[in-house]
Amino acid sequence: MPFNPDQIVFWQYGPFKLSATLLYTWGVMVLLVTGSWLATRRIRPTLRPGRWQNFLEALVEVIRNQIREVTHQDPDRYLWFVGTLFLFIALSNLLAPVPGYLPPTASLSTTTALALCVFVAVPWFGIREVGLKAYLRQYLEPHPLMLPFNVIGEFSRTLALAVRLYGNLMSGAVIGAVLITLVPFFFPVVMQLLGLLTGFIQAYIFAILALVYIASGCRVQQERLARLRTREESP
Amino acid sequence: MNAETLIAMVSIFTAGLTMGLGAIGPALGEGRAVAQALLAIAQQPDEANTITRTLFVGLAMVESTAIYCFVISMILLFANPYWDHFLSTGP
Repeated sequence: MPFNPDQIVFWQYGPFKLSATLLYTWGVMVLLVTGSWLATRRIRPTLRPGRWQNFLEALVEVIRNQIREVTHQDPDRYLWFVGTLFLFIALSNLLAPVPGYLPPTASLSTTTALALCVFVAVPWFGIREVGLKAYLRQYLEPHPLMLPFNVIGEFSRTLALAVRLYGNLMSGAVIGAVLITLVPFFFPVVMQLLGLLTGFIQAYIFAILALVYIASGCRVQQERLARLRTREESP
Repeated sequence: MNAETLIAMVSIFTAGLTMGLGAIGPALGEGRAVAQALLAIAQQPDEANTITRTLFVGLAMVESTAIYCFVISMILLFANPYWDHFLSTGP
């Protein structure tokens, strides 16, 4: 029996189904929003930050540092997108041991949606950064003959992004469900702990790969401009 | 030995074979990558952050091949289109 939170329907009204995926996605979103709101509700310049706000600040700072190291650019430009991806995926994976909760990222619908967001964000950031013509020109790099392969690569990496997250999470859930029927209590718990680790690493990888794709869409141009500049300087 | 039995047999066999063969390559590749990364970190502990991050990104890329195999075997086992087709038409 494959594990699919989409098929678990809690409530149905005509064509509208409230599946487990939808419910828990909204649950994670509500957790993120209320947590952030509670932490930032009473921000004053003079006030000492509370424990919770301090934790969130540290988290944001870590994400910013990672973005800065990868892109060598101002991190705030990408922080909202990549940071949201990371926090959402990480939280939905880390809640997995909660009884009754199914990670929405273990459904192919959620991961496909996230991957499509990245698929749209790459040209959006790229075009905003370097302009439409320059962005489209990088499909002709390194040679115009490579155009179809570059286009296929764009799609296949999006597919890989979706399927990687889904495969990892879904296999974790399936292994957990199978083990709980086979062996007593102790061993499934160990697998759950391992699942927490992989879940967190997958969230990190998803965010970093999204960032790498976005940055490469912006950076090729800068290298090209640098090449042109050096060519002009050395006649 | 009717059609459904044959399809079921071949699907299950192929799913196992796909997963088995498809795990070998990525496993070897990831093992090599981790070994090299450990060497690199041992030689240059200061660069551990960059090396680790690049290692994870690379591992994710390598792992995607194994995940393709996993998805194919899952499709063969649980969402096999031929199997569904034969079940719907009846024996």
